Amino acid sequence: MAGLMSGFGSFTHAVVRAVSQSLAKEALRTDSLEVDLLKAQEEHDEYVSVLKHRLGLEVVELPADEALPDCVFVEDAAVVCGDTALITRPGAESRRKETEAMKAALTELGLNIVEMTDESATLDGGDVLFTGREFFVGLSKRTNQRGAEILADAFKDYTVSTVPIQDRLHLKSFCSMAGPDLIAIGSSEAAQKALKIMQQMSDHKYDKLTLPDDLAANCVYMNLPGKGDVLLHCTPEEFPESAKVFEMLKDHMLIPVSNHEKVKVDGALTCCSVLINKKKNI
Amino acid sequence: MTTEVGSESNVKKEAEKAPEVQQQTNQPDKPDPASAEQTQEESPSTEAESGQEAAASPEPSSPPPAAGGQKKEKGISRFLPPWLKRQKSQSQDKPSESSVPPKQESVEAVKEEQEETSQPKEEADGGGAGTASTEQTEEVKEVREESTAEEVQPEEKETEEEKSIGSADTQPVREEKEGESEVKQEKEETTKEEEQVIPHEASVLSALKVNKKMKMVVCHVTLLDGSQFSCEVEKRAKGHYLFFQVCEQLNLLEKDYFGLSFKDNAEQRCWLDPTKEIKRQIRNSQWQFAFSVKFYPPDPSQLTEDITRYLLCLQLRQDIASGRLPCSFVTHALLGSYTLQAELGDHDPEEHRLDYISDFQFAPNQTKELEEKVVELHKSHRGMTPAQSDAQFLENAKKLSMYGVDLHHAKDSEGVDIMLGVCANGLLIYKDRLRINRFAWPKILKISYKRSNFYIKIRPGEAEQFESTVGFKLPNHRAAKRVWKVCVEHHTFFRLVSPEQPTKTKFLTLGSKFRYSGRTQAQTRQASTLIDRPTPYFQRTSSKRISRSLDGAPVVNVSDYSQAAGAGENGPALELSSDSKSPQVEVMEKPNADAATSISSETAFETDGAGAPERKSKLRVQGENIYVRHSNLMLEDLDKTQEDVLKHQASISELKRSFMEATPDPRPSQWDKRLTGSPATSLRLQAQGSAEVKPEVNGQPEVIEVMEETVVIEEVIKAKPKSPAPEASFTAETECAAEVKEERSLSSDSESEEEAEYHAQPPSTSISTQQIKEEPEEEQEAVLTQQAPPSGVESQPITEAAEPGPAAEEEKAAQPHEKERTDEPLATPDEAPNGHALQAEAPPTLRTAAAEKEEPHIVNGSASRVETEHLPQVICYSEPPVVKTEMVTISDTFAAQKTEISTKEVPIVHTETKTITYEAAQLDGNGDGEPGVLMTAQTITSESLCTTTTTHITKTLKGGLSETRIEKRIVITGDSDIDHDQALAQAIKEAKEQHPDMSVTRVVVHKETELAEDED
Repeated sequence: MAGLMSGFGSFTHAVVRAVSQSLAKEALRTDSLEVDLLKAQEEHDEYVSVLKHRLGLEVVELPADEALPDCVFVEDAAVVCGDTALITRPGAESRRKETEAMKAALTELGLNIVEMTDESATLDGGDVLFTGREFFVGLSKRTNQRGAEILADAFKDYTVSTVPIQDRLHLKSFCSMAGPDLIAIGSSEAAQKALKIMQQMSDHKYDKLTLPDDLAANCVYMNLPGKGDVLLHCTPEEFPESAKVFEMLKDHMLIPVSNHEKVKVDGALTCCSVLINKKKNI
Repeated sequence: MTTEVGSESNVKKEAEKAPEVQQQTNQPDKPDPASAEQTQEESPSTEAESGQEAAASPEPSSPPPAAGGQKKEKGISRFLPPWLKRQKSQSQDKPSESSVPPKQESVEAVKEEQEETSQPKEEADGGGAGTASTEQTEEVKEVREESTAEEVQPEEKETEEEKSIGSADTQPVREEKEGESEVKQEKEETTKEEEQVIPHEASVLSALKVNKKMKMVVCHVTLLDGSQFSCEVEKRAKGHYLFFQVCEQLNLLEKDYFGLSFKDNAEQRCWLDPTKEIKRQIRNSQWQFAFSVKFYPPDPSQLTEDITRYLLCLQLRQDIASGRLPCSFVTHALLGSYTLQAELGDHDPEEHRLDYISDFQFAPNQTKELEEKVVELHKSHRGMTPAQSDAQFLENAKKLSMYGVDLHHAKDSEGVDIMLGVCANGLLIYKDRLRINRFAWPKILKISYKRSNFYIKIRPGEAEQFESTVGFKLPNHRAAKRVWKVCVEHHTFFRLVSPEQPTKTKFLTLGSKFRYSGRTQAQTRQASTLIDRPTPYFQRTSSKRISRSLDGAPVVNVSDYSQAAGAGENGPALELSSDSKSPQVEVMEKPNADAATSISSETAFETDGAGAPERKSKLRVQGENIYVRHSNLMLEDLDKTQEDVLKHQASISELKRSFMEATPDPRPSQWDKRLTGSPATSLRLQAQGSAEVKPEVNGQPEVIEVMEETVVIEEVIKAKPKSPAPEASFTAETECAAEVKEERSLSSDSESEEEAEYHAQPPSTSISTQQIKEEPEEEQEAVLTQQAPPSGVESQPITEAAEPGPAAEEEKAAQPHEKERTDEPLATPDEAPNGHALQAEAPPTLRTAAAEKEEPHIVNGSASRVETEHLPQVICYSEPPVVKTEMVTISDTFAAQKTEISTKEVPIVHTETKTITYEAAQLDGNGDGEPGVLMTAQTITSESLCTTTTTHITKTLKGGLSETRIEKRIVITGDSDIDHDQALAQAIKEAKEQHPDMSVTRVVVHKETELAEDED
């Protein structure tokens, strides 16, 4: 009978989606970089494999939709906390339909679905940082105030604080949770500024793990039975300095996961899955 | 008569207790000793009475700190009319109350014990106070009788109530202890008790020959379980009397988290200020109250007793059901299931069919689905005890994002609708349910309000040079004041956690009269650790009732904060609307208040950790505040010989002593009152070292207080007490300085409290007062001019205050001071620099001022002040005055080490300023005016030998009643060869004679003396 905020990081299921063939050419990106589709698919396969085989999560794999080049980044389509799933309204027009498959999958999993029907609201899951105690929502080009309000409504138990985001796509483009009360944060000015805001807004004091590279600050934390703290993070090949920082987390099971191609289309590690903790009781 | 005896014995007990705490502990447990006492005391009532008196006096002195000994009461006190003295005794009683901070140092232990063992006592005190006030109003023929009556009555009430009176008469004490818990358990019985009690009281009173007509009023209190508690109180009883009655009824010891609220005329929920008369607060509203949680403990598991947790649960269930505390479906279900487990026990498949919960309300919008979920979860709690269930309930509820957040509607500077949320950690800003900013208490330097604006001054960040001020627009002035009060209270309760400085902390009050007079969380926690009683039995009544009786809290959609906020439930805004009377009136009353406030700043918001330790020391001083101020102003005045100086010093120290012994008035805030009203007052204040100006504009009193430095040195004082020698004083200064690291200046408006400020620590000197303050400045200046005219002598102070730009001064002064304090033990001239520098401009005259005595007297709401040279005395009286505070200001310009600021350095004269306020218990109520209509106002000045009397008469019409307030400011100027005290006493006497139909509300004595100098 876990109460509020217990078991942060414990997940049983993950929803992922295959890489669309159109990713390489049509996926949105802030920098116009060339993406090697095959490599991207390989990366993604490995990512899914880690979740499924190494970590033992039940993985729901959604098929790709060629009309949705960004569909692999499922995180933006839904925010799941507890047994409630908020189906978002992505800020990018071209991604709105990504939520349909996600909604179906989450409904299938028995979650309470909350939809964002307000036409004025936009929210990308990538702008939502759940710390286990509260939400921070980045107000970015993809996420607006109204979207954040609806999120606050969907998760009434938690404080939802807004963080203005500048010069970055998403809030989680430079931060994520690396453990209970541990925020991984990039070193850029934008990242540090956002961190300051979050620290000021929170009643709780978080520890921070500062990483030289903003992109490396996006990692996936889980706390799994039998495995303890698990962290999926960047590889030394991509970000050698940041990888060293992660390696100092002695208590974590560290799993470097390559994300070299997807990052070109602004896809970070957290973007590629929606993690769910499905309990028996609640 | 039996009853009487019983009560008396109790009284004695109390008296005895004070001296020896240890014994007290035993008392509760052992009824025998008590009974023995009774027998002893079973003597004619007269004897008992006299005995009481004797006993009473010792009590106060017994505590080590206060230990001055009553003999010391020389100074003015000897000349004071009986009622004044009485007050002291009252005040003594007060300390015992939890709410009263003054004695706490020494008394603390005692208190706690008392609380532990005998709540009754506390209540008695409270009751006593209430009674006292009532009595005060009426003229007392025999001091003795009165005192007895006061003490006895309350006690009796308590005693009686505690026990079921019926049988209790013979052996009240025993019954109390033993029967208490049992009796209370049964509400029905309680009711009976009450009924019985009333007659008893009446009889008792008559027996005592109390010739006061006590008008009793029946108060209806809605308890958290939805039941009604009725209680008869004197019409003039103060809030805490009723509150204690309720707590007793509930058998609640950890009561500091709770409060009573009522709806004002605007249907706004207001907290009943325990220190003020109920009647004045509720005004025309009904005597209908709600008992509820005022401070939500962040960690309920730290509460000591299950009954406290249970009550908190009840409150939260209300909050949840009404939508004030939003939560998700799952959480509704989970919390609901714990409620069922706590109230119904294990799920019984046979007995508990699905509809067994239909009477419960778990959520604002309860669905069948939710109920099913609740039942499902309920089944899983099998075996959990009610206490465990409550604990689980709280563990989950406390994590909810809006737990303990008191919401207020507001607009930001751009007119956007936002919500201000006051909570344990600070101030939260919401916009449409989203948190958009947060200001933790340590981040906040000052909180103030003016008209309908609420401001917070923010400590500069690492990279920032200046502090910034953020302003919010509230719907109206009252709302602004309410937020401000809630902030002050929360800051005090949660932030100022220093178990050892209990008293002061309570007094954080900011400028206005308003103060949080209760214990801080830290204090209450500590007190709770001493609770040593078997777990009281209490019945968990079905929360079904709750749902039906949600009083006041409109059922709001869960998601809608704003509405919830509107309900006012979440954060009961303390609205001391009663406090505010007509603005003008207020002004008059509050003349000094500001200064006081600033002084009281001990409590103030400071925020840095560093401040904490120092605060403690301050706190100890209870009642006494010593200001170290740098007076650049005082330039000349070399006239006085060393001897004179010494003399003054001596008298001052004597006064100090007497005060300390006498009665630590828990509320330093009294100052506020003083400051307010009359210009003279304000002047005085300034003289004291805190410059406060209250300009009245268009009948709206606005007060700006500039606090220079407030240092309270209790220890020092103690040491000094008997040696009038100047040296001693110096020492004090030094110490003081050291102690004072934090500064806060609280400025509050007068009763009307058009504006108030609350300074946390002024970190750095930045004159970033900005817009907000600018207004004040202008007004202030105006005021000054007006004020100045009245008394020549006063001019000094006035000039000082006036000249400094109000706003600028405030901040400047504050900042410098702070710095100085922090850095240097001694008050440096620099501090004064800004504010004082201004003063310096005022020049020559000022010197004289130093020697003045001011006495403001307030008659029936009018305060008059008398100022004496060197020894300014202000006396405001209208009802039996209670000694509230003593302030001693030592200005030491020389000491100033930091001269940077002192652009205008001037010859420095050391001066000591002392301000003592005697105040009628009920004053507060009076002072706070409700908004009334000002009818007339006039000022008359007359002079005689060495006294200058300024009379300010204000007539106000409020609520159909016209109130005339006379404030007299008497300045007694003279060398030490004049007996100022006597002169003052005479002045008071005359004032009384002049207005036989009026009562004295407050007497503020402000003495200013030159100190012997140590030249650096």
